[in-house]
Amino acid sequence: MKSNRKLILQLCGATLGMFLFGFALVPLYDVFCDITGLNGKVELVASKSTGVIDTSRVITVQFVANTNENMPWQFVAKDVEIKVYPGENARADFFVKNLSSNQMVGQAIVSVSPAVGAKYFHKTQCFCFDRQVLEPKQGQDVSVLFSVDTKLPESVKKITLSYTFFDITELQPVAAN
Amino acid sequence: MASAVDHHHGPGTGITRWLFTTNHKDIGSMYLIFSLLMFFIGGTMALIIRMELVEPGLQVVQPEFFNQMTTMHGLIMVFGAVMPAFVGLANWMVPLMIGAPDMALPRLNNFSFWLLPFAFFMMLSTLFMDGGAPNFGWTFYAPLSTTYAPPSVTFFIFAIHMAGVSSILGAINVIVTIMNMRAPSMSYMKMPLFVWTWLITAFLLIAVMPVLAGTVTMMLTDIHFGTSFFDAGGGGDPVLFQHLFWFFGHPEVYIMILPAFGIISQIVPTFSRKPLFGYSSMVYATSSIALLSFTVWAHHMFTVGIPLVGELFFMYATMLISVPTGVKVFNWVATMFRGSMTFETPMLFAIAFIVLFTIGGLSGLMLAISPADFQYHDTYFVVAHFHYVLVPGAVFSIMAAAYYWMPKWTGNMYDEYLGKWHFWCSFIGLNLTFFPMHFVGLAGMPRRIPDYSIQFADFNMISSLGGFLFGFSQLIFVLVVVKCVRGGAPAKAVVWEGAEGLEWSIPSPAPYHTFEKPPEVK
Repeated sequence: MKSNRKLILQLCGATLGMFLFGFALVPLYDVFCDITGLNGKVELVASKSTGVIDTSRVITVQFVANTNENMPWQFVAKDVEIKVYPGENARADFFVKNLSSNQMVGQAIVSVSPAVGAKYFHKTQCFCFDRQVLEPKQGQDVSVLFSVDTKLPESVKKITLSYTFFDITELQPVAAN
Repeated sequence: MASAVDHHHGPGTGITRWLFTTNHKDIGSMYLIFSLLMFFIGGTMALIIRMELVEPGLQVVQPEFFNQMTTMHGLIMVFGAVMPAFVGLANWMVPLMIGAPDMALPRLNNFSFWLLPFAFFMMLSTLFMDGGAPNFGWTFYAPLSTTYAPPSVTFFIFAIHMAGVSSILGAINVIVTIMNMRAPSMSYMKMPLFVWTWLITAFLLIAVMPVLAGTVTMMLTDIHFGTSFFDAGGGGDPVLFQHLFWFFGHPEVYIMILPAFGIISQIVPTFSRKPLFGYSSMVYATSSIALLSFTVWAHHMFTVGIPLVGELFFMYATMLISVPTGVKVFNWVATMFRGSMTFETPMLFAIAFIVLFTIGGLSGLMLAISPADFQYHDTYFVVAHFHYVLVPGAVFSIMAAAYYWMPKWTGNMYDEYLGKWHFWCSFIGLNLTFFPMHFVGLAGMPRRIPDYSIQFADFNMISSLGGFLFGFSQLIFVLVVVKCVRGGAPAKAVVWEGAEGLEWSIPSPAPYHTFEKPPEVK
């Protein structure tokens, strides 16, 4: 009977442990993707450029602008495509406008493809680092300053940056800002 | 001492016998009857699906209801029919096979059973709620199951929690019983394979059911408490849901097949009148399948955009699983080789299991090839694959087990003639249903869609006819069970000529209390 109790407690402990492990997987997957640049995950903080420019090849950077379903904002990429040397600083412009008659808060989420290129794409300044608060019908120019790492694998000739604006008005009450 | 009194009374009377029972045989029977009921409810939903798919276009149901049917069919069959059936068999047979008087935790056993009727009552009640039942597929991917879910999703989450608690408690009970209550001198490597496979299954359950519980809890907080685990707008990731779900989901499919391997490993030697070929390799193969099952989950997600290295890793890891599985199939065939075989109903189901499960395994290998999977993903080929491993796999093994041990349970022989009818109708019906799905799937018919292109019409008609044959032939099984419970030729203690094991050392029907003194094990 005593050994039963010990085994039962161990098994309950294992159950609890796996329940917590399920939650631990949330940051673990994220950490794993951040380290490896998998899943098109990119750094969400500004990075410094190295100053070295590799003029031997040209990388095409394309921009895709989307709004999430039900998000009443207009969001367009003014620059559809930019050609840059690795290491060179460049800037891409976007226009975003709140089409609704309410003050809204939006957050742009970025994804880079191909995934192998994600960790070689550096943003020195980006509107996606902050949430955007727009008054009714207010339009605004936003931009991203970026560079492509000189260590970008030779196989990658084209990088696509996809931004999606999400409505986070309810998640982030305007009053709290 | 209360236990001294317990030893001398038989079953209680009336409804309280079933409500308050702590007897492993009573609880096993309740599990089996419950799962048979769920099998028919889930089967009815499958027939509604097949009825709608007889012809292209919409005839019988609306797309919204069709989606609820595919979702509920999957959930009911996985959590309500197959898993409880295996727990029921474990309840009945594990104590008898290891020479224990009962399960280690009898009251907990009663509790884990009685959670299930409430869980599934709640799950089924969502069909009558505003907005309908869950309609997002049995895999309940976010955001379909969070942002876009019907309000009844909350009840679904609670039902999954309850069924999960039931499974975990059942698994703890099985492990404690097997590890602490074996007859003296029954070492681990003398345990029958059904006991071995259940021990490993129980560990899998403890490892992954809590992860599922965590996942549905995240859904719950996403829906009601403003978290953003799976919502990209709040910094979450819908792909995270798939990672979490399949971290549970892939071991889950082995939870539904490992006990089946155990059952087949009991039945094939009996009717071949030879000991099982390669007992220890069976044990190691089962363990390695269980361990490998934790390393392959992303093969369900080849198309979400995981990187090349990931695709390759999960492709090779998945293919690796076919090695231990191949060992098992080889051992079963080698057991039959030069055996004095007879073909009673349990053996027919067991042989059909080996043949058809191998077909399902082979289409699984095709799906594991990640470049090919981009074509097969979410088509009827996938539906054909997992029905070939679950219907002639899990369900046939449960049927085989029921026929094999029914004389021991009831004390009467079942009707062999009706049993054979049941087998052949099921066998023909299921192949008619699921084999054409390979073809329509390869041709590109998507799953979970109520309407389809006219080019798929003929094969779908065949599938539907087969589905109805399979569905209605299960009524023969009910007839067999009812007849066997009510009477029939008395069964001997050793029901089958070649049967070995402790469960045959007790009289038929198995007395209410068995092995109060531990038996001798040779």
